[in-house]
Parts: sequence; structure tokens; C-alpha cells
Amino acid sequence: MEKFIFYFISAIILVFSVLTVTSRKILRAAVYLLFVLMATAGLYFMLNYNFLAAVQLTVYSGGIVVLIVFAVLLTAHMEHKLEAPSMMKSIFAGLVAVLGAGVTLFALNSFPFKEGVIIEAPYDVEAVGLKMLSYGENGYVLPFEVISILLLAAIIGAIIVAKKSVNND
Amino acid sequence: MIEGIGVFDVLVVSTAMFFIGIYGFLVRKNLITILMSIELVLNSVNINFVVFNKYLYPDLLQGYMFALFAIGIAAAEAAVAIAIILNVFRKMKGIDVEHVDTMKY
Repeated sequence: MEKFIFYFISAIILVFSVLTVTSRKILRAAVYLLFVLMATAGLYFMLNYNFLAAVQLTVYSGGIVVLIVFAVLLTAHMEHKLEAPSMMKSIFAGLVAVLGAGVTLFALNSFPFKEGVIIEAPYDVEAVGLKMLSYGENGYVLPFEVISILLLAAIIGAIIVAKKSVNND
Repeated sequence: MIEGIGVFDVLVVSTAMFFIGIYGFLVRKNLITILMSIELVLNSVNINFVVFNKYLYPDLLQGYMFALFAIGIAAAEAAVAIAIILNVFRKMKGIDVEHVDTMKY
């Protein structure tokens, strides 16, 4: 049963990924991207990482896709269709993608993964929160603080860049 | 751990997603669609981290944490990128890549 759900989610991810990069209506591409991100959250749910799946749903498919849709609505007309890429370019890019995927899959296939012993008590929110704020062995308080400063800098930078400048033209 | 699914099967999905993102990055001309392709690439890398954590080192939390921080950084990156794109649109009246060649020469 779980196998079929995994195949279903993978099919959603692959089909909508392809549609995201080939759709000629930009708003539709954004919606397809939303489907891909939600299917990824489904994958995380299947792996029993519930908190990560919730973060994926809120930050990625809640925040980033809304930002992208806003940007699309501010910059493009609804009925505007993107021009199709030239034949030469799409053949070249497809070749690059297929060759890269082939090399990567070959390397992955020949690498002997040693699967660990599965402990069926999933790390949940409590363990993650304790780990994130611990400053002992394997604690993550430093990256946590650094990323808070990064987010602050990104917010201020985005406001400064995006606001209308008063003095020049 | 998904019943009957090994680590390689999930890696196939994430690899395909990564290279679909690369394809979109090379083919697209509109800056926002290029940003979407980058999101696809970032997302596939996140899947890799999570899967390695779950299958190979299930008693540790490193990949989980890395995926969390990567999601946060992706959010910051998208916000800044969209601010820049809006500014480019205001100045150059378009957001195709050929509009953004002022700094080229």
C-alpha cells in the first residue's frame, strides 16, 4: 500500500515538475510548482518527519509560492504567453539534463548505501526543538541564531531594494 | 522509512527533479520562471538530505536540521530575488534576461 502511495507521489512530482518548466503561461507554472512542493511535503509525511512536512507546507507552498504569484501578477499580463524556447536551445538543455541525470544515476547505482537500523520512534517536534536550542554536543543554537540574523537582513534588504527611490528620475 | 522502497528509489525522484530544474534554468527567459526552476533544484536537494537522514542515519538529526535551515534560506533568497526582479521590472520595463545586460559591458 505504502509503495503505491510513494509511486503516486513520485508521479505527481515528476509530471508537475516538467509542467513547471515547460508551461507557457507563467501563472500556471506557479500553480504547478505549488503542486510539486505539496507532493514533496507528502513525501516527508510518509517518512514520518511530520514537523518538517509542516514547515515545508507553510514556508514553501504557503510563503514562497504566494510571493512568486504576487511577483507574477505585478509584472505580467494574465493572457500573456511566454515565447517557446528555440529548438537549438531546448535540445542543448535537454541533452545537458539527460546526460547529467544519467551520470548521477550511474554513480548512485554503483554506490553501496549502507542502510542504518531503523528506530521506529520518530523524532518529533520536542526532540527537534531541544536540539535546535541546545549549545552542547551536536547542538544547533549557533546556526539558529545566524539564520535569524540572515532573515532579518533579507527582510530589510528586500524592503530597501523594492521600495521606490525618491530622488532619481 | 517507507515499506518496500529503498534509498535509491527516492534518489531517482530527487535526481529527476534536480535535472528538470536545470533544464528549466537553461531554457527559460523570464526571470520569475528561472527563480521557479531554482526552487525546484533547492527542493530536490532538501529531499536528498531528508532521505539520507532517514535511511542511513536514522538515530541522528543532521539531515533534518540541514533541510530545515535550507528551507529558511530558500525563503530569504526568494524574498530578495523577487525584490530585485520588481526593481528590474520598474527600471527596464520587462523581466526577460535580455533586459538585464546593463552591467555586461
